Amino acid sequence: MKFGVVVFPGSNCDQDAVDALTLMDQQVVKLWHKDHDLQGCDFIILPGGFSYGDYLRTGAVARFSPIMNEVIAHAKRGGYLMGICNGFQILAEARLVPGVLLRNTSQKYACKNIYLKPQSSDALLTAGLDKPAYKIPIAHGDGRYFVDADTLNELNDNGQVLFRYCDEFGNVGDDSHNPNGSIDHIAGVCNLEKNVFGMMPHPERAADPMLGNTDGRLILEQLLKGALV
Amino acid sequence: MDATESLPTLETARKLGLLPDEFDKIVDILGRQPNFTELSIFSVMWSEHCSYKNSILWLKTLPRDSDRMLAKAGEENAGLVDIGDGLACSFKIESHNHPSALEPYQGAATGVGGINRDIFTMGARPIAQLNSLRFGDLGLPKTRRLLRGVVKGIGDYGNAFGIPTVGGELYFDECYNTNPLVNAFSAGIVETGKVAKATSYGVGNPVFIVGSATGKDGIHGATFASEDITAASTDKLPAVQVGDPFMEKLLLEATLEIIATGHVIGIQDMGAAGIICSTSEMSAKGEHGMIIDLDKVPTRQPNMAPFEILLSESQERMLVVIEKGKEAVIQGIFDKWDLNCAQIGEVTAKGENDLGRLHFYRYGELVADVPAYDLVLGGGAPQYQREYKEPAYIKEFAKFNPDDVDDVTADELTDVAKHLLSHPNICSRRWVYEQYDSMVGTANRSTNAPSDAAVVSVKGPGLPATDKSIVITVDCNSRYVNAEPRKGAMIAVAEACRNIVCSGGEPLAVTNNLNFGNPYVPEVYWQFVEAVQGMGEACRRFSTPVTGGNVSFYNQSSDDGPVFPTPTIGMLGLMEDPAHRMTMNFKNEGDLIYLIGPSSDDIASSEYLYSYRGVKAAPAPYFDFDTEWRVQEGIKTMIRSGWIQSAHDVSDGGLFVALAESAMTGDKGFAIGTDARHRTDAFLFGEGQSRVVVTITPDQVAHLEGYLNDSILPFQYLGQVTAQGFTIEDKQVLTSHEAKALYNTALDTIMN
Repeated sequence: MKFGVVVFPGSNCDQDAVDALTLMDQQVVKLWHKDHDLQGCDFIILPGGFSYGDYLRTGAVARFSPIMNEVIAHAKRGGYLMGICNGFQILAEARLVPGVLLRNTSQKYACKNIYLKPQSSDALLTAGLDKPAYKIPIAHGDGRYFVDADTLNELNDNGQVLFRYCDEFGNVGDDSHNPNGSIDHIAGVCNLEKNVFGMMPHPERAADPMLGNTDGRLILEQLLKGALV
Repeated sequence: MDATESLPTLETARKLGLLPDEFDKIVDILGRQPNFTELSIFSVMWSEHCSYKNSILWLKTLPRDSDRMLAKAGEENAGLVDIGDGLACSFKIESHNHPSALEPYQGAATGVGGINRDIFTMGARPIAQLNSLRFGDLGLPKTRRLLRGVVKGIGDYGNAFGIPTVGGELYFDECYNTNPLVNAFSAGIVETGKVAKATSYGVGNPVFIVGSATGKDGIHGATFASEDITAASTDKLPAVQVGDPFMEKLLLEATLEIIATGHVIGIQDMGAAGIICSTSEMSAKGEHGMIIDLDKVPTRQPNMAPFEILLSESQERMLVVIEKGKEAVIQGIFDKWDLNCAQIGEVTAKGENDLGRLHFYRYGELVADVPAYDLVLGGGAPQYQREYKEPAYIKEFAKFNPDDVDDVTADELTDVAKHLLSHPNICSRRWVYEQYDSMVGTANRSTNAPSDAAVVSVKGPGLPATDKSIVITVDCNSRYVNAEPRKGAMIAVAEACRNIVCSGGEPLAVTNNLNFGNPYVPEVYWQFVEAVQGMGEACRRFSTPVTGGNVSFYNQSSDDGPVFPTPTIGMLGLMEDPAHRMTMNFKNEGDLIYLIGPSSDDIASSEYLYSYRGVKAAPAPYFDFDTEWRVQEGIKTMIRSGWIQSAHDVSDGGLFVALAESAMTGDKGFAIGTDARHRTDAFLFGEGQSRVVVTITPDQVAHLEGYLNDSILPFQYLGQVTAQGFTIEDKQVLTSHEAKALYNTALDTIMN
């Protein structure tokens, strides 16, 4: 499988995504935001960072980048697309996944390890995850996921919730384990067709054994199953 | 030049911060009266901030050389240390104290921006940042406002710029009520063959300004940083700059790309004193001149005066001299990143009587004609020997007798333990560091494995793969330095080394941030002289040369007097082999706890004595260089022999706090005895130096004790790691739950 990591001006987790996938022996290229060529990539990743400085709403400018025309077309064709952190915010702005990302309830940026409980039993990203909780870093100021009540019901009914924040044992529900005030503790969602994935936490930051935590690699490895489809 | 312009007087020079002698010297250098633009140029270039005029003679006494030094102090924008395999680490610390006192958010943010530009202007990609912060009494709303603003400023800038903030220090004392200290550190990696220089030569080579447009912000910021803070200082708000981390990120990528082309002759970031500083320093170094057309500088406002363009401290800008004929290559790269890139002049030859002159034009007229060499540090900028005198308090502090202080009783232990673990100087810094992205770059090896210094893998786009890590820390207990400046500065160096050694690294080199009061006050200058000498002695003995840094004087106000003398040490260490990594957290229940290093009856200047007993007049704690050296060599041997499970140095709060930190980070407890030969308070809470807590599995007793006995290192067996609870002499002082609740939430409780 060939991965493409889009580089927007202000992206700063692009290299981390490349490094994590390279550690997993995957072919991966960077895609420049001004280009219109996905270089034959099967799986597109929108990385974390502060695209265009995020001085407007997070992700609001990046969704109009030239390459987003091709990225959106790729997704509409059923191609795989994943947004991590700022990438998730861009996906939400582009309406490729439901919902919006608001300012954390603490009103502060937060960077720390949190725990995730996999939810959807049929999404590529989570179907094969069997640990009760995965320790993954977050790093964001605008990570509070929000949707209206009807959409929330749809997400739950359709198995579109990928992850919920939880404690180290996988228990969901205590607000003290929800780092940003996300509705229903949601940390990541996918579209109805389940080929576009968005999540605030950073699995690529927990892929290198040198860093003492490889739970993120277990999540990213699920993507490789997409090649078999 | 415009003959109709009335020439400024000595009075104008005074208002710009120049001394009468300095005005005379300027007239002498120019051979005529300066015009206002020229006078402004001299005033910023000869300000303390740019010229180091009151410190340079003493800074020259610091050790500056070792086998690994690729650029000596003052030669380049930052120190450059060979870390092997064709790689070098560029690192530096710099203050943004005065701007942060007035506008904490932008002051701190632009401090982060400035220090990172110093690193990447050398061609090095920053990989990690630290910061050292000092504030006044946290009980004051003003202090909390400053802390909130500074932390948010550092976070918003560093997080968007995308370089992790991996550690730092935070300290409170009322001496910083008016003058907080904000010192930012950055370290970057460059291949030794690809280092860019801050120079200019080659007649006809084009001079470019790149990055942000130039505005009216920060004019005379360098002069401002060279004055005491007064109530009128808020009138100087325009002297504080505004930062744009997004622009900095683009500038980083574009700068590294143009340097990689090999066509760059010289490059320097524009920090203090803006265009005039970069043009004069690069020209003086390369012994050439420049002709600059100020009309070509992209500006934010129309009709900026020549001195405004020259002195503006607008952020995220670089001056670049490239090979003639390669203009299109450079332009193409900046176009790719959507950045300004304007040719504003070219390099000229040196004259018969000078090493190169700077000619600045505005609207076709020559508005300033100055010799570059005479403007800069190491050239014609003034250098002063100031008078100094030991302050009266030093002798008072020396009279301290611990016998006048009651020892703690067994019943008091819980009370002291709670006081220390929840004290703002000791409690968890989580409220601060969680606002910083500490993990971007996937190189921070301390996130899931805490240690006394931060360990960061040497990696980045375009760099060759290596197993090396840099091990970095910032340290200074300014209370010790205030009590005894010479010894306190030595302790700061020793503690930085100890932190690196306890993390598995080898100390290599130092960058310093010398924060002091007004140098014209003899008692303040005495503190400076003593501290520099102590630092020099310690750096020589540890073979950690000083590669550069920053001096910040005038941290003094009419209300509070000078801050504690605060010579912050930023230290770079290297870990060649990942197997040498050592962490501070207790690992296994039943592991044995040892104290390596000497116990004593010393409680001097400890947090316990200062804030629990309320005794503020005391000398610095025990410190003996030879013991320190032997303890550190011993710890290295223990780590590399694989005998120990954890290592954590004893610092603020003493042995008890060191044990508590290792227990809490390891989710364990401890049970120890005390030592009848020493005061209980000194044993548990004293801050005598050269001590490290280590743990071993029981099967290593023979190895460890055999080694310690053979090497005649002072040590003692303390007790065992337990599942939970902090137990001293069979009595539980705190439960783990109580301890964590106090330690983890103390700062949150105050700030939220």
